[in-house]
Amino acid sequence: MRAIGIVLAGGNNSRMRELSNKRATAAMPIAGGFRSIDFVLSNMSNSHIQKVAVFTQYNAKSLNEHLNSSKWWDFGRKQGGLYIFTPTTTPENSYWYRGTADAMAQNLGFLKSSHEPYVVIASGDGVYKLDYNKVLEQHIAKKADFTVVTANVEEKDDPSRFGVIRTDSDGRIIEFEEKPINANSYQVSAGIYIVRRRLLIELIEKSQEEERHDFVKDILIRYKNVKKIYAYPMEEYWSNISSVDSYFRTNMEFLQKDIRDYFFKQYPDVYSKVEDLPPAKYNAGSSVKNSLVSSGCIVNGEVQDSILFKKVFVGNNCVIKNSIILNDVYIGDNTYIENCIVESRDTIRANTKYIGENNEIKIVVEKNERYAL
Amino acid sequence: MEFFVRNVQKNEEKIKIFMKNIHIFGNLCYNQTIPTVRGDYVIKKEMIAMLLAGGQGSRLGVLTANVAKPAVAFGGKYRIIDFPLSNCINSGIDTVGVLTQYQPLQLNTHIGIGIPWDLDRNVGGVSILPPYEKSTSSEWYTGTANAIYQNLRYMEYYNPDYVLILGGDHIYKMDYEVMLDFHKANKADVTLATIPVPMEEASRFGVVITDDKKQIQEFEEKPEHPRSNLASMGIYIFSWPVLREALLKLKDQPSCDFGKHIIPYCHEKGDRIFAYEYNGYWKDVGTLGSYWESNMELIDLIPVFNLYEEYWKIYTKSERIPPQYIAPEAIVDKAIIGEAAEIYGEVHNSVIGPGVVVEPGAVIRDSIIMSATTIGAGTVVDKSIISENVSVGAGCKLGVGEEVPNKVKPDVYAFGLVTIGEESVIPDNVEIGKNTAISGETEASDYPGGKLAGGETLIKVGDR
Repeated sequence: MRAIGIVLAGGNNSRMRELSNKRATAAMPIAGGFRSIDFVLSNMSNSHIQKVAVFTQYNAKSLNEHLNSSKWWDFGRKQGGLYIFTPTTTPENSYWYRGTADAMAQNLGFLKSSHEPYVVIASGDGVYKLDYNKVLEQHIAKKADFTVVTANVEEKDDPSRFGVIRTDSDGRIIEFEEKPINANSYQVSAGIYIVRRRLLIELIEKSQEEERHDFVKDILIRYKNVKKIYAYPMEEYWSNISSVDSYFRTNMEFLQKDIRDYFFKQYPDVYSKVEDLPPAKYNAGSSVKNSLVSSGCIVNGEVQDSILFKKVFVGNNCVIKNSIILNDVYIGDNTYIENCIVESRDTIRANTKYIGENNEIKIVVEKNERYAL
Repeated sequence: MEFFVRNVQKNEEKIKIFMKNIHIFGNLCYNQTIPTVRGDYVIKKEMIAMLLAGGQGSRLGVLTANVAKPAVAFGGKYRIIDFPLSNCINSGIDTVGVLTQYQPLQLNTHIGIGIPWDLDRNVGGVSILPPYEKSTSSEWYTGTANAIYQNLRYMEYYNPDYVLILGGDHIYKMDYEVMLDFHKANKADVTLATIPVPMEEASRFGVVITDDKKQIQEFEEKPEHPRSNLASMGIYIFSWPVLREALLKLKDQPSCDFGKHIIPYCHEKGDRIFAYEYNGYWKDVGTLGSYWESNMELIDLIPVFNLYEEYWKIYTKSERIPPQYIAPEAIVDKAIIGEAAEIYGEVHNSVIGPGVVVEPGAVIRDSIIMSATTIGAGTVVDKSIISENVSVGAGCKLGVGEEVPNKVKPDVYAFGLVTIGEESVIPDNVEIGKNTAISGETEASDYPGGKLAGGETLIKVGDR
């Protein structure tokens, strides 16, 4: 591949409510065994991008733990590798990343020292499979300055939380409005961009001089009439998880066979850090219906229409309905949980009840002391 | 001009030094038998492990038709060799030679460069050691000790103080470092790991008779009237010079074996041989019956052999990461199920591997289904062991009827089990009796009257 990769994983979103206290959005657990960033990293690896930088800033503890080795995604080669850039102070700079363009500006050396002609920039909170080579082919064919991958969303996805795009008949972007009050199109930016490396360096340097720090606002939107910016409409599954509702819905979509088969049975694979957990165990008295169960789980109670992430313990006579239980949660006996997301490493006492009411997903954060099993 | 001449002289000097270095380097290369010396740099590993993984395990029947016994799947996601390999890394042993011979493909693929066990190392790590051609003689590994003897140079390279000899066919968690401490404390030459077995079963094992300090006085191989219940586990720690000497001394012994030749030789010579007593879970999975039983034990509420403990993790190559899906109409009770399995039917008291699909209406009872196997809709599977990548058609009945001894290998295909080898195909709507074995792509015409009666064997490919 003639491109390097940049993954923007520094962000946090207030729409994630309490879930964002613990980790950056890119580290959100997805579909039982994965984290959000696995999708973009696997896509890059499968597109033969060998050199990838991950920009982190907001609470990167979970993310750094997850990225502790690059071998899970088949990076870590002599040519290329996985680079993690967290803001550092230098004699010239004492700021955090003030925006996505500033993050690139503070690591301009990475862009300058590479020799690949193109850069693929992607956010870490998308759930999708995409061969970036196809985007690059179109980018070259259209002689574009920038290519923005777009997806079609529905009203329920709330297009106004995205960058909303309108194109002309050739696919060139004529309107690009970031998080508009009223969205007038269902075509939105998927947060995946391709640009020539030298052009990117030039524009980043210019923005830096002008004290402009946001890649989308200050580069893409600002230059959209001067530079040729094309859309690459993505037809396949794409979902962004940066709000509690979309996070919940995206996870639950993995209960559908076609979505599971698309991600897990069709080549290429999605990779993740392997945790060496034993297979899931179902004891007498357990009853599991229409649910995903990950490795390391032990189930004694009843689970319906739910997703159990790794290493979840469900006690006797529990009932879990329409909920997501994140990694390493212990649920005591006789507990009832419905319409909830239970935060990872929680310990839920026996005989308790948590119900999300009025179509609202309840986020359960319980830091009780856990006794050894 | 003067400058030029001086330069030439300088260059000549450089060349001299260079030649001298070549000479020294040459000496190092040719005079040293142990190629571990690089200047002052000497590789040193206190203890290395040699894992014997070349055996066929013929008592596992069609399960080992195409794979070596250590590569046979176990407990939903593991392979048998994962247990000794994980024990090694958990015991702090980072240099492991795996000796392969019988059908090594699956084993090689599984081990790779040792990443799952953290055995991908700059110095040491895991090395696969198959038999190889030599300038003077070329032979297969003819016995356990012969296999180790043929890899003398591998061991010499790491310059060990102790060598641990392991087999690849037991399920257990053991800290070899504790055994090494015992070896050192006793200033032993050889230490055997032993396990107390019920006295009435002791006659099936090689037992040792020790004094009160655990020094071994006598060995008895499958004694009729055992005088001790300490059975040898086939795990040995040798002080390296002792092992080296014994291997060289007995190098011409045909089928040189640890139990039959090396240990008796050391014993006669008067070496200090000690019995280390191990008291944890240890299971030989050498027969289909014991293999089935130890898998089933994992399903107990709190299994004797607990894979869910944080301490002493068992590592394996995880080919799949996605979670398993249990459908609305599925019934699962008492089971362990691997990653990415999809259950639409019923699973009772069974071990299901990764990527297995149980179609709607299928019923699995008391069975082991290994990875990526599909069980067709409405098929009923009772007490069966079904290997990897098998396709069982719809509407079949496995494990029906009376128990009849197997006609070909009554001692192998017993225990009332149906055993199906890897990559087999079973057509729709057939009935299969007990104590049967099937391997290969079978068709409806292979089942007269839609039946394979109890005790029959149906092998279409493979050498058995």
